[in-house]
Amino acid sequence: MSILQSLVHVLLACTMPPLLLGVIGKTKAAFAGRVGAPLLQPYYDIAKLMRKGSVVSRTTTWVFRAGPVVGVATGLLAVALVPLGGEQALFSFPGDLVLFAYLFGLGRFFTVLAALDTGSAFEGMGGAREATFSCFAEPALFLGLLVLVKRSASTSLSTMLGAHWHGEAASLVLVVVSLFIVLLAETCRIPFDDPNTHLELTMIHEVMVLDHSGPALGIIHYSASLKLFVLGALVVRIAAPRTGNVWGDWGVLVGGMLGLALLVGAVESMMARLRLRQVPSLLVAACLLSAFGIVLIAR
Amino acid sequence: MKDLLSTRNSRAIPKDTVPVLSLEDFRKSIIEAPGRHRRVAALFAYEVDKTVELFVVLAEDRDGQLYLGSTRLESNSFPSMTNECPQVHLFEREIAEEWGVVPVGHPWLKPVRFVRSRREGHDAWGRSADVAPMVGVMDFYSVKGEEIHEVAVGPVHAGVIEPGHFRFQCHGEEVFHLEISLGYQHRGIERALLTKQGELSKRALHYVETLAGDTTIGHTTAYCHVVEALSECRVSARAHTLRGIALELERLANHTGDLGALANDVGFLPTASFCGRLRGDFLNLTASICGNRFGRSLLGPGGVRFDIDKSRADDMIVRLDAAVRDVEGAVDLLWNSPSVQARFEDTGQVSTSVATSLGLVGLAARASGVERDVRHDLPAGIFRLAQIPVSVWHSGDVFARAYVRSLEISRSAIFVREHLRALPGGVLRAPCGRAAPNSVCVSLVEGWRGEICHVAITNPTGAFHAYKVFDPSFHNWSGLAMALRNEQISDFPLCNKSFDLSYCGFDL
Repeated sequence: MSILQSLVHVLLACTMPPLLLGVIGKTKAAFAGRVGAPLLQPYYDIAKLMRKGSVVSRTTTWVFRAGPVVGVATGLLAVALVPLGGEQALFSFPGDLVLFAYLFGLGRFFTVLAALDTGSAFEGMGGAREATFSCFAEPALFLGLLVLVKRSASTSLSTMLGAHWHGEAASLVLVVVSLFIVLLAETCRIPFDDPNTHLELTMIHEVMVLDHSGPALGIIHYSASLKLFVLGALVVRIAAPRTGNVWGDWGVLVGGMLGLALLVGAVESMMARLRLRQVPSLLVAACLLSAFGIVLIAR
Repeated sequence: MKDLLSTRNSRAIPKDTVPVLSLEDFRKSIIEAPGRHRRVAALFAYEVDKTVELFVVLAEDRDGQLYLGSTRLESNSFPSMTNECPQVHLFEREIAEEWGVVPVGHPWLKPVRFVRSRREGHDAWGRSADVAPMVGVMDFYSVKGEEIHEVAVGPVHAGVIEPGHFRFQCHGEEVFHLEISLGYQHRGIERALLTKQGELSKRALHYVETLAGDTTIGHTTAYCHVVEALSECRVSARAHTLRGIALELERLANHTGDLGALANDVGFLPTASFCGRLRGDFLNLTASICGNRFGRSLLGPGGVRFDIDKSRADDMIVRLDAAVRDVEGAVDLLWNSPSVQARFEDTGQVSTSVATSLGLVGLAARASGVERDVRHDLPAGIFRLAQIPVSVWHSGDVFARAYVRSLEISRSAIFVREHLRALPGGVLRAPCGRAAPNSVCVSLVEGWRGEICHVAITNPTGAFHAYKVFDPSFHNWSGLAMALRNEQISDFPLCNKSFDLSYCGFDL
């Protein structure tokens, strides 16, 4: 991969994620017949939070401060493992898909720990929910990746996502739908979680970060959008056709990401949230979709 | 055993015709009330010549009668009736707090609003009179066990809502018990309404209008009925009709807002955004009558202060029709979305038997299959002439409470439209004289949440010696606590919104 492409990769990964949140917000506003906040509002919000001071509870320890930092660090590492427009990611090696999956695991582990560190009943509840639901989201992600492994006979994301699909449309659709469900769950969107709610009893992700403020909260917002970006890139790379032209592929990726944000916004505008106890059912359904994808491809 | 005095809604009767029963007979009449299809609409105390007198108002919905009775307490305690008749539990707690008399055997005797007793030197909990009670400081019901955890929410909430404290005993996500502690907004309205001499307090009307801000018309109507009945003031048909229109507009606005808020709580945006705007349209209809969106200063004893002329009525009908059409469209989206129905159905169920035994009123009772509507059962004002069908649903869940709201929206809209088309004649406001001395009046109004009950007792000069207000929230908060039993804690906001009870109407 050329140096230029690597630079574009880094630049895009660092700057584009909040835009996706802006597109989702605009889409929801359009559905509701409102003008909505500016497209760039998430950037303004993060910039605003970065300038603020923060309040830290005396009961917390270094774990509480480490939560957001580990969260953003794992996100940035993960984005380096996924090929965006080019053939290759920033770095790759056989088996990097396991690292990819557990970078999210590590980030989540620290987010949950930071939440428990505050000793608040709410945050403990949020942590419990996050941990429970990730038990169901993880197998769905792995089964989805397994289809790609089988197809490309490789365990490196760069090769897996670079392969061309021929005549396995059914399997492709199943994997894309399954990973889209995982994306919605991992990024705490409706129908799993409501990112706009102020009702702490119903939250999953938001309630875990109630105690964070100022720059820490800004980082959390950024990592959340980064997570959406990384998982989105995975879905778009699988679903979108390759043009054969180097810069055309980058264009497809950017366009695909914006389209994905529109889709997420549309889902949020047309669906109510699931009852919390039904969340695992939907994630199990995602696992099954991927499992069928494997069956179809391994026959 | 002496019988209770039977009367009707909004009638003034001489105080001495209300039978004074022995404590035993008084208790018996209350304990036996549910079995005789009567429910406790009001139970309160006041002081006469240094003795505490208990006063009860039982309502029998089937024949539209109210039954009044009283008893004099000879000691500072009386045997509690809560174990035999659960619907009096909060009334007894209130009596204990206000007058320092102990309902002996009450299973959960705690303060209600955290105020000092009105009788100096008497406190039901033996607290010193020097220290003001701290709101919310008390023992909560607690469940013990390895895996039990307690969640405390409020009194300060994340949204812009009123203060109230909720204490959950949870096993994982499941709620075993919810205890609700209010009183943060106690302002002493009932005491402020009392006067020594014959004149009524000039501020009374303003106090009543702000008793529960979203129920301005409901509470003010109840107050006006009391004053008018006591002073034998004849209100014109036109004034009664205008009051009815305002009351139903209040219902339309609040029901619409609640349906939108329910949609918002399950993250269903289309209905949430439509209804938020449409609620404003209904409020603006009220504003077009009197200049205030909540109907402040629209009503006054004797009638109303603002008229609706022909052209305004025509204009209102056009705007009403447009708003109702939009609401029905927005609400149809709710019923047609499986994801919304999955959240609403079977969430926060209150069975018919629980609703009856707790004495729930209004919308919450009707959604649990209890046919109970003051406009139909115990009508006063315009509702003696015009009937609105009672909207009932049987399932008692969030869906039922949402569905009954949508039914009531359609039916209230028909009422408003019909009465705007054919406004009867008459003076807007008849003069009100002095209130009759030594009299009692019970006034019930079906506000949008449910039965609003005002009871006034006058002294020998015609001033209010006792004035009691029971907002529907007073009865229904216990219903919310029951709805949460064995429910997911994450569904609490949805259940809470489906009841949408008033904090300040409860705290007074």
